[in-house]
Amino acid sequence: MEEKILDLLADICDDDIVKEDKTIDMVEEELLDSLGYTELLAELEEMFGIVLSPSAVSKNDVATPEKVIALVQSKMK
Amino acid sequence: MTLFEDSWFFVYLAVALIPALILGICEKPIKYYAFAVSLIFVWMATETNKRAMFFLIGFCIAEFIVLRVWLKVMKKYGRKSSFYVLFLALGMAPLVISKLSNHFMGFNLLGFMGISYMTFKILQMIIEIYDELIEEVPAFDYFSFLLFFPSVLSGPIDRSQRYTKDLNTIPQRSDYMEMAGTGLVYKFVCASLIYQILIWVNPQHGLMADLIYMYAYGFYLFFDFAGYSRMAIGTAYLFGVKTPENFNAPFKSKDIMDFWDRWHITLSHWFRDYLFSRLMMRWIKNKRFSSRLTAAACGFMINMTVMGLWHGLDIFYIMYGIYHGALLALTEIWNKKSKFRKKHKKDKGYIAVSTFITFNLVMFGLFIFSGKFTEILGLTPPGSSAVTAVGGDYFLKVMTKVLH
Repeated sequence: MEEKILDLLADICDDDIVKEDKTIDMVEEELLDSLGYTELLAELEEMFGIVLSPSAVSKNDVATPEKVIALVQSKMK
Repeated sequence: MTLFEDSWFFVYLAVALIPALILGICEKPIKYYAFAVSLIFVWMATETNKRAMFFLIGFCIAEFIVLRVWLKVMKKYGRKSSFYVLFLALGMAPLVISKLSNHFMGFNLLGFMGISYMTFKILQMIIEIYDELIEEVPAFDYFSFLLFFPSVLSGPIDRSQRYTKDLNTIPQRSDYMEMAGTGLVYKFVCASLIYQILIWVNPQHGLMADLIYMYAYGFYLFFDFAGYSRMAIGTAYLFGVKTPENFNAPFKSKDIMDFWDRWHITLSHWFRDYLFSRLMMRWIKNKRFSSRLTAAACGFMINMTVMGLWHGLDIFYIMYGIYHGALLALTEIWNKKSKFRKKHKKDKGYIAVSTFITFNLVMFGLFIFSGKFTEILGLTPPGSSAVTAVGGDYFLKVMTKVLH
């Protein structure tokens, strides 16, 4: 699962750094903008069959690869 | 009586605050008292118009039933998009009927002050029920959220779950008095003074007069609306609810995207969270667009046009929406494609120029919004512009009272 998420992030951010540094702030580094954010939510929903609501999961809630992984894990339970 | 406008309102508010403060000091829950005060103020605000009051009561009850039935349907059938669309339509129906009847038939069927803002609150609940974020809608929480008087007329638009959480925690207060204080100054001093410029320049013609009008109107609207919002937020704090901020130095925006994070924030974030992001997610899933950038541009256009329509069906509101949609789309393309920006985006000079351009684009947008631009173009009749439409003549009223 973790690998799938990291591949997806690398694809959306167009940068492999997210695979190496899991605490990197993708919003601050301008790797993840509003479009990337909606794309991330949509792809995660499809990939794992979960519901991610833009009103409950803000851009800052998925700002680091670590946070994304934790979010998906909490939704899979 | 108009809330946050008539002098009597402030007298009543001051009286109503005493028990709230006592409850606050004793760290007792304020929610029942706040609800009672809300009911009284909403009653006082609508008592001269019995029809509006009737619509208001009918609206609140009908939408409550819609929400409760929607919860039942969700529990029984799960996430079915056909039902979702149906309940969204039901939630929106009163507002749509009200706007259409007002525009095309000349009388406002089903309408009352605050219907637009209440509809936002209802729609977001319908959406969050579909997202399985809201699993129950208790009657007290619902009516208290919908009718909370500080924000009942013109926002800020709170979120139901955040609001309910505040209701059930004993409030801690910090800088609310300062908030209410600057609100008063903004609305009744700054906005009222600038309003005098508008009255003076409104009948004049020519480029210079129009330019003065444009900048004066932009500042007037900011001080009037931001002042109103600050008073509403300050009052809400005193009644134990930390209503979210609505303005954050909007004229300092670096670009149009930044502007919409600073101007009427709760409205633009509502559209972002409940329309734009969802639209984008849907398009990404069904691969409607081959390019992300095209999808985003279309998303911005739709998002802002709907926002324009929400303000009213008049041509200047629609133009205002399209204008901002186009600006956002162009900004997005510029941000993505421009090599010049990539190189210079952190330069002081780049930021200064960008801020200056944004400021003027924003002012021109508000000029469209005021109705004056379409009036000059001959698309709307003279006198339909906002100076005559917005009730910002408080200062005048006070002055006439003093002078007589």
